[in-house]
Amino acid sequence: MQQASHPTTPPSDCPETTLAHVVPVRVLLSVFAALVVLTVVTVSVSYFNLGALNLLVALGVATTKATLVALYFMHLRYDNALHAVIFLIGVAFLALFLVITMLDTIQYQPDVQSYQQGIR
Amino acid sequence: MTQRDPSQRKSGEPRVESGEPPRSDLPARDSPLTTRHSPLRAADRGDDSAPLAHHFASLRQQSDAARLGMWIFLVTEILFFGGLFCVYAVYRANRPEVFVDGHHFLSTPLGAGNTVVLIASSLTMALAVRSAQLGRRAALVGLLGVTLLCGLAFLTVKAVEYKQKWDHRLVPGQARIASWFSGGAASPQGSAAARDQFRPDLQYVKEHLEPAGPGNLTEAQWARRVDNLRSFMGIYFALTALHALHVLIGLGVIGWLLVGASRGRFGPRRFTPVDLVGLYWHLVDMIWIYLFPLLYLIH
Repeated sequence: MQQASHPTTPPSDCPETTLAHVVPVRVLLSVFAALVVLTVVTVSVSYFNLGALNLLVALGVATTKATLVALYFMHLRYDNALHAVIFLIGVAFLALFLVITMLDTIQYQPDVQSYQQGIR
Repeated sequence: MTQRDPSQRKSGEPRVESGEPPRSDLPARDSPLTTRHSPLRAADRGDDSAPLAHHFASLRQQSDAARLGMWIFLVTEILFFGGLFCVYAVYRANRPEVFVDGHHFLSTPLGAGNTVVLIASSLTMALAVRSAQLGRRAALVGLLGVTLLCGLAFLTVKAVEYKQKWDHRLVPGQARIASWFSGGAASPQGSAAARDQFRPDLQYVKEHLEPAGPGNLTEAQWARRVDNLRSFMGIYFALTALHALHVLIGLGVIGWLLVGASRGRFGPRRFTPVDLVGLYWHLVDMIWIYLFPLLYLIH
């Protein structure tokens, strides 16, 4: 019987004696620095009024930070690809949930607004 | 590379991982001290290796499978919070003024500080997993301790923020909650409906809203804005309290890890518990990374 196969080849700095890839310290520290910088960016951008772009930028920066955490801190980059697929499937279903709900919300916006105008 | 088929292993032979010599410190397979389905516990074996369960081909596959299971749990957590994020999205689409008014009552510096603290705790947690993989016990214990302290710092700041809201009577249902603690004695309004009314400190509310919006508003318009504030505070407390509960549970589990680590239970061949708790902690951090801009950075 064959050894359990790894769909992804471990990177060259992964010692084969370990049960999983050991993430190098410099990678962890640079990801931390990037996350702090992105936090500073998102706080500073929020002080400028860019209209609808504010929310998009804030969510974009948050998604970048979350991606960094998932790839390096949660070692999705070094693990069996199935783990990343499961995570992405979860995110896909969350997106489905939000998109369909928002479609419904946007559809009924005129009704909501006319009701609010009526009771003001 | 050849490996013996586990199903054809004769009884009496010790279970081995391919390439390793038989363990002389373990009892023989047919000894009454061990059975096929319950190998000795780590404390009895006296080292940090994990037993290889019979349905896995190798320790690496067993470790991978553990992480796979944890990822599936994390997906359920993402969808769990997704429900509340959906509430936020629908509310913000229909009533943006609720959020524009509401965020004035949240302190951006405290929120940003909490974000950095949680990111730092994620770093120390990832370093702790690394220490466990490399068998560095002192570093593991130290890093787990720092993670615990960062988490406690986060909860402390959250408690300070919540106390601020409580002092100005901004918590929805505050009168009812207060009556639980005072044994129902302090109930000046009398009826339950009056007790459930949202009666914030109006002086405080006006101070914070006036610079942002138009000055002279009618009583009805102020009542409407106070109502908006109630909606915002409800969403704020639901989201952050659920997150804080997850942080608290995470801290409890990290404490359990800390006890195990100080007894030397984790090492290069058994770091899966540290790894899995690390994955949970990073997810809690990720959720806060999304909560922070959505609640605190609306200008």
